[in-house]
Amino acid sequence: MLRCLRWTVLFALAAVTACGGGGGTSTASSSSSGSSTSSSGSSTSSSGSSTSSSSGPNFSGGGPNIVSLTVGPGPTPSSSFFNVPYASVTVCIPSSSTCTTIANVLVDTGSVGLRLMASALGTLALPAQADPNATGNVIAECLPFADGYTWGIVASADVVIGGEKASAVPINVIDDTGSFSPTVPSSCTSDGTALSSIDSLGANGVLGVGLFLQDCGSYCAQPASDQIAPFFYYSCNASTCAPASEALNLQVINPVSLFATDNNGVILQLPTIAATGATTATGYLVFGIATESNNGLGSATVLTVSSDSGTFTTVYKGQNLSYGFLDSGSNGLFFPDSSIPDCTGSAEADEFYCPTSTLSLSATNQGLNGNTSLVNFQVANLNDLSSTDFALDDVGGPATPITGLGTSYFDFGLPFFYGHTVYTAIEGLAAGSSTGPYVAY
Amino acid sequence: MSDRISRAARVLAGLMPVALLWLASLPVCASLGGDVGSVSADSVSFKGQLLSTGMLQYDQHDITTPSGTVVHEYLSRAGKVFAVSWHGPMPPDLRQLFGSYFVSYQSAAAAQSRPGMHRQLNVALSDFVVQASGHLRAFQGKAYVPSLVPAGLSVTDLP
Repeated sequence: MLRCLRWTVLFALAAVTACGGGGGTSTASSSSSGSSTSSSGSSTSSSGSSTSSSSGPNFSGGGPNIVSLTVGPGPTPSSSFFNVPYASVTVCIPSSSTCTTIANVLVDTGSVGLRLMASALGTLALPAQADPNATGNVIAECLPFADGYTWGIVASADVVIGGEKASAVPINVIDDTGSFSPTVPSSCTSDGTALSSIDSLGANGVLGVGLFLQDCGSYCAQPASDQIAPFFYYSCNASTCAPASEALNLQVINPVSLFATDNNGVILQLPTIAATGATTATGYLVFGIATESNNGLGSATVLTVSSDSGTFTTVYKGQNLSYGFLDSGSNGLFFPDSSIPDCTGSAEADEFYCPTSTLSLSATNQGLNGNTSLVNFQVANLNDLSSTDFALDDVGGPATPITGLGTSYFDFGLPFFYGHTVYTAIEGLAAGSSTGPYVAY
Repeated sequence: MSDRISRAARVLAGLMPVALLWLASLPVCASLGGDVGSVSADSVSFKGQLLSTGMLQYDQHDITTPSGTVVHEYLSRAGKVFAVSWHGPMPPDLRQLFGSYFVSYQSAAAAQSRPGMHRQLNVALSDFVVQASGHLRAFQGKAYVPSLVPAGLSVTDLP
């Protein structure tokens, strides 16, 4: 009887992918039609913005640990979408003053690590990370998303954001120029569609400032033979890449953790905006929790989270949802509610809710520490919101209804962040009254 | 002598397409739409422990992979994997898990891609439905073939 072949056997046969599939990489996706936003309506002032949440610190005085956080259009019209928060990041060749500043970097509490498009780096030649186990090879990374992956080398850079600096940080350079010669491994393309472009990610890069230190963790530090596809890290020569073991200190890291000070977490604060939306919104990205006089917890409620998944639990309409999380990299509030109609017209449309009129709803989050916190929120009919507004605090959508109660989740995306001061504390680090990982607001 | 070698090389080159066809005709490594053999093949490829539970209308096979991600495969009494699901810090190898449905998945992901909207994916085709979500350290999803689902069974109720 013929056995099915494992990918390890077929890997050497470049023309054939394991398990009979059609194989090969998918073509890079282009932005689908129907995106309701355009950049023509953008302006530098935010309409409808008001003072920040009264429960949090006032960051308007500025400081070395404070930079602007702006919700607005992406670097190109095709890369623009609502509720994407951006900051500017400066990177330098390590131990040099050869730097470049990159705007429109997505600030993401749902991931860790600095990732920049090769095209945005331009001529800045950051040194690739060498594979300590294979002379001449460099390390590359395949980063999974829910629907696909990005691909590119791991490089070293000094990272400067505001008055904070981290030296020799392992960062991920996403190969959107095609200049990284090795073929993308099929064990990477199994994640879905290629997302290695500004238009796909909606940004020049991602500043992952979430709950963890490394993007993968101890699993990727195991020998490659103990891991399975899809792999995070690969060792590459000029033409091919093989799965690699990657020590923790070499993995793409939460850059905040390498700042000299203010290195235990971040605070995001966006102003309250009108329910009808705002063209843009500008707030603050703050480094450090309770490390300076300007970044204390104030009256925020601390919810400690699972050290595996970074989640708390959420009760919504009497249902206990297993995974609750605060994610500035999501552009809506995604939660299960079959009583709210989805928008219609396309597969993309029904990723959002379109109630007949705005709903006022609430959910209660509970941390592992037992603290609870009520969240009041609204979900408007997306079709009633302006297509030229980038800041929308009442966008909701269904959370994968068929996955059932055991893996049910509530994704508090960027709409939650308007009018809240949101703290994200890194695992294992003391941050004020508690130790990470936790969220607070 | 070199003439014979080059002739042999040409013959071999001519046989390559046949060889590739033979490889392509090997049993697909599972799972969705596959049979029980594809499930055990998955547990080997996923380097995972396989735990199987017999339910009234189906068998549930649970594979715990080295990363901690758990994969469920649901086998009907007709001997077909009609649904799969997963949750954990890493997504599973979807090309392997979706079998012949992987191409549909990849095409739909490409077609529905919008800037910044990569935290979830809902695909509903007549013969393949998948809902996946996730961000770093937390991935999950479920996929099924509507025509293979046992009568009266709600896929939503499956872990």
